[in-house]
Amino acid sequence: MKVFVQAAWAIFWKDVRAEFRTKDIITGMLLFALLAVLIFNFAFELRVENVRQVLPGVLWVAIAFASILGLNRSFVLEQDRGSLEGILLAPVDRSALYFGKMMGNLVFMLAVEVVLLPVMVVLFNVNVFHPVVLLFVFLGTLGFAIVGTVFAAMAVNTRAREVMLPVLLLPVMVPVLIAAVKGAANVLDGASLSDVTNWLKLLVVFDVIFLAVAFMTFDYVVEE
Amino acid sequence: MDRNRWTWFEGLALFAAVMMVINLYMGLIRAPDPVNLQTEVTRKAQHIFYYHMGMNVMAGLGLTLNFLSSVVYLITRRRFWDMLARSAAEIGVVFGVGVIVSGSLWARPTWNTWWTWDPRLTTATITVLLYIAYLMLRNAVEDPNRRARFAAVYGTFAYISVPITFMSIRWWRTIHPTVFGGSNPEAQGAFTLGPTIRQAFMFSMITFTIVFVTYIVLRMRYAHLEERVTALREQILLKLSHSAEAEPVKGGRP
Repeated sequence: MKVFVQAAWAIFWKDVRAEFRTKDIITGMLLFALLAVLIFNFAFELRVENVRQVLPGVLWVAIAFASILGLNRSFVLEQDRGSLEGILLAPVDRSALYFGKMMGNLVFMLAVEVVLLPVMVVLFNVNVFHPVVLLFVFLGTLGFAIVGTVFAAMAVNTRAREVMLPVLLLPVMVPVLIAAVKGAANVLDGASLSDVTNWLKLLVVFDVIFLAVAFMTFDYVVEE
Repeated sequence: MDRNRWTWFEGLALFAAVMMVINLYMGLIRAPDPVNLQTEVTRKAQHIFYYHMGMNVMAGLGLTLNFLSSVVYLITRRRFWDMLARSAAEIGVVFGVGVIVSGSLWARPTWNTWWTWDPRLTTATITVLLYIAYLMLRNAVEDPNRRARFAAVYGTFAYISVPITFMSIRWWRTIHPTVFGGSNPEAQGAFTLGPTIRQAFMFSMITFTIVFVTYIVLRMRYAHLEERVTALREQILLKLSHSAEAEPVKGGRP
């Protein structure tokens, strides 16, 4: 167990440090997310009667597409420099590699959200810093990181790798997107925590099941 | 091969075809119009139900078989299960599209629209998209072993998200009729099953199950032949390259 945590931490810390040196992924994701929000603003003229109902949708479209951008990079880097083979040679459980990569991707996405959320508060004049809304955002992001890391490892080995990831990931993520958007929209619209427990349960169930399946199947993805 | 003798799968295909013709008669002609629907056109359109539900059964069987074979492939690593998973997914996608199209044809007279963003319709569409993505993934990987592994992993994820997607519709209201297992007070275009309708319906279920088995058998055979052709082609190419090395082509240009 100690070895597992150490190995996962090593992978995670390697990714975070590499990212701090170049800042490629986070900057790209953040700019993309901001642009998506701005385009939504022009496209739909978000001065509808109740902006609280639409806001989580806009937020999640931005997060979903930005995270796909980041997830794509996470294994392309390893693949292009041949470092994945090196990591796989290490005598540790491969799910440790998964866990480290997943935590890295999660942290990058959360870092983007930390900047994106205040910007949305300013642009739309709606306070999204409600603890339940933040919980929905976190659980949804966790789901994206859990499934996205497995699929990114597969997509990088396919012919049209950048195209493959969104095609694979988005339909699987639909329940997470629905739960995260509906739950957050209801809370912003004045619902209490007990009104949205259904959506919260769905998110938690989804995250737990998919984490278990990801742990079981990741070995098959990276074995060569 | 002796072409005068019938193989068992050809017999199965013929049987399925005959059953389907009888099924068309049962559903379109023999089954009466349901009495509780308001207009003539909706009563006629209800006959789509026999085939809508039948294709739904086929799609469901296909996707379930895909999931089971994916799991078995990951455990046993035998090529057979990979081929079965692929065949089942293809059939699932084709008949999943059939379910959506036939439902849309029925919805036009009954709901007065081709398409509505009803939860049932949305989740069915997402399910079909999931398995189109599955087939795309298969196409995008060259190495057969890696393709089989990736496809099996994706098939597992895809099938698990199907029940979750379907579960989530319980928290929405839907206008899609529920024919079995309880009634939906908000459903539009619902009808009840009388004895003759039930009979035609059961026949349709049996027929579509036979058609499903037939398609799986034929698709598996096709996959098998495909593999053999690839192997033979490689052998021929190998032989040609050997003989080309041994003796240069005679009668060529000087």
